[in-house]
Amino acid sequence: MIFSEIYSAYYQAVSHILSEALKSPVSAEQIREISEKYAFSESALSIETAFREQRWQLILPNGTTPLKHIPNIPVTNLEKRWLKAISLDRRIKLFDCNFGLPDNIEPLFTENDFYIYDNYRDGDDFENEEYIRNFRLILSSIRERKPLDITIINKKQNNVSFTVMPDKLEYSEKDDKFRLLTSGCRTASVINLGKIVSCELHNGKFSVEKSCEHIGRKRTLTLELVDERNALERVMLHFSHFEKTAQQLDEKHYRLTIKYDQSDETEMLIRVLSFGQMVRVIEPQRFVNMIKNRLKRQKSCGL
Amino acid sequence: MAYSELIKNFDKIRDYMRDFYVYGFKSREQYNRKSTRSYDDEKRRLESWLNDCMYFRQTNDGKTVYISVDTRTTVHNPLYKAWKTASFTDGDITLFFIIFDILYDSSVSLTLSEVVEKIDNDYLSYFSEPKLFDSSTVRKKLREYETIGLIYSEKQGKTLYYKRAEEYNFKNIDVLDFYSEIAPCGVIGSFLSDRQNDKGDRFAFKHHYITQTIDSEILCSLFDSIHKKQEIEITKLNRKNSKIQKINIVPLCVFCSVQSGRQYIMAYRRTTRRIMSFRIDYILSVKPYKTAEDYDLLRSKLDGMMPYMWGVSTQGRGGRRETVEFTVTFDDDEQYIFNRLQREKRCGTVERIDNNNARFFAEVYDTNEMLTWIRSFICRITSLNFSNKEIEKQFKSDIEEMYRMYGVN
Repeated sequence: MIFSEIYSAYYQAVSHILSEALKSPVSAEQIREISEKYAFSESALSIETAFREQRWQLILPNGTTPLKHIPNIPVTNLEKRWLKAISLDRRIKLFDCNFGLPDNIEPLFTENDFYIYDNYRDGDDFENEEYIRNFRLILSSIRERKPLDITIINKKQNNVSFTVMPDKLEYSEKDDKFRLLTSGCRTASVINLGKIVSCELHNGKFSVEKSCEHIGRKRTLTLELVDERNALERVMLHFSHFEKTAQQLDEKHYRLTIKYDQSDETEMLIRVLSFGQMVRVIEPQRFVNMIKNRLKRQKSCGL
Repeated sequence: MAYSELIKNFDKIRDYMRDFYVYGFKSREQYNRKSTRSYDDEKRRLESWLNDCMYFRQTNDGKTVYISVDTRTTVHNPLYKAWKTASFTDGDITLFFIIFDILYDSSVSLTLSEVVEKIDNDYLSYFSEPKLFDSSTVRKKLREYETIGLIYSEKQGKTLYYKRAEEYNFKNIDVLDFYSEIAPCGVIGSFLSDRQNDKGDRFAFKHHYITQTIDSEILCSLFDSIHKKQEIEITKLNRKNSKIQKINIVPLCVFCSVQSGRQYIMAYRRTTRRIMSFRIDYILSVKPYKTAEDYDLLRSKLDGMMPYMWGVSTQGRGGRRETVEFTVTFDDDEQYIFNRLQREKRCGTVERIDNNNARFFAEVYDTNEMLTWIRSFICRITSLNFSNKEIEKQFKSDIEEMYRMYGVN
């Protein structure tokens, strides 16, 4: 069962409180601080009160605990089964890790049990030895904040080299690709891992004054949708991963305001077009004009 | 009952979370499922758990509450917090930490009476009004922990001894961080991450749908039944008429969309003698019924259908398939359109007619499922030929409607 108190934030917080109490007596203030860090905004008072009233007989009035060991809870069967499942995933070779799970653990799921039917079929080659090597080097460089010398093939099929500070690896399930988000080089703030031909640790000094904004300037798009053919549910779910607000205008009409990265504008245009006449762009006018241009071009195709 | 930020039943919060996150336009009065008090309590809980991403807006209809998350800039799925809110009794938490302190190492092996004695003498006796836990309560707890794999019991002669499960640690935080966001039931990875001191933030995710986590318990039960090759009874909500329905199905495979965030269970329904899709977010509960003797046969039947499935629509009773063909045009410097067709074609085929034109063809069970994708090529569709002429007509009239809507004459 996933929904169980043993995985709860309260148990996490209490585990940390007990660990502190084993080192030295904990004060009510410390209990509140730890609770706020590991649980929720209203938890501190509940947890502190439960200890003070001795309803949870784990902390004595003097802030010590009768426990003798730092709390260490074994991994549950469910957690082991999930780990077993991911140990069988096609992308796991990217990580240098050993699961060491007992043989009798059944995976929670296998690739035969679930199927992604709409990801793109030109994803990265996660079996490629060079790709795996680059991935691991990048990941460790992010962890250790070490700059990298990277050469990629650009659109014109030429090799181009950069020195960058690797910040994050961004994965898209839809594209089935990794991108490296970097700082220190404006022209290479996002690098497709699949396009890297060489990746080495940078030898020498490299300073990054401040971290780049990897996500470009945010743009706002306002759409009006009419709830026919289940459009409300389809549109809302489709755009749910963006920062957004929604408003009901009348029984059938809704307004949706989405913030998106300007570098994804063409993709947004395609996504809006795919909903046809159920979705109408209200503003900005620039986006309306882009839709109009596409429609004009379509009209000239003589369909 | 007094308000608590913890809950006993996750189902209570599931719909509210989905409504606040996916829709986010309803006012208090529009939540008429139960009482307004229930709404107030659930809203307060969600505020407490997700205060970083909950917002309010005043409209003419009243105050609107919504959850807004840009999942590209958020390191961890914030909705996982909801899975960490299960309520418990004072006895549950007290016994949990004391029992694992007593069984601190897998070499410690104790009988029930020894565990009970230690709880009383070594822990609770320090308190002015010690709690009393009788043997049956402690035995029940030990059994519960054994069921979930935290402890083992073994008989020596006639006596049962308890000890903690063998030490197992998985500490690769990068693996946990990555898979907790992209693997099914990823919240379990988040539980494992909670145990680590190192908090990773080395991954980011694009096109990242996080709402499926709300359905993790259902998904987990479905995976379990798939493994056991079971027929199950599901209780599901019919969104069209809001009626709750119980039906028996044989679950075969979970189908996920990374472009809409939807999850389906593909399953055989004996009463209709069809393999059909069921939205997982509409399933309220899963109950095992019996072993499906014909499971492998049904799964092969699904595998045989997959080359004709664009999405989740399957073969109807008539066994009819539809053909979809369209051509697109692109300029010399737009060769990426041909690549786009290639990578997005799924069960279809793409043929290059010449340097500036390509043809797509597919044989599918349901043309309707393809329309959103075909519309994304608007501005370059030069011909269409659907065997389902009704849908072809609809598609063309929809485009005409778009011309009118945007004043394109």
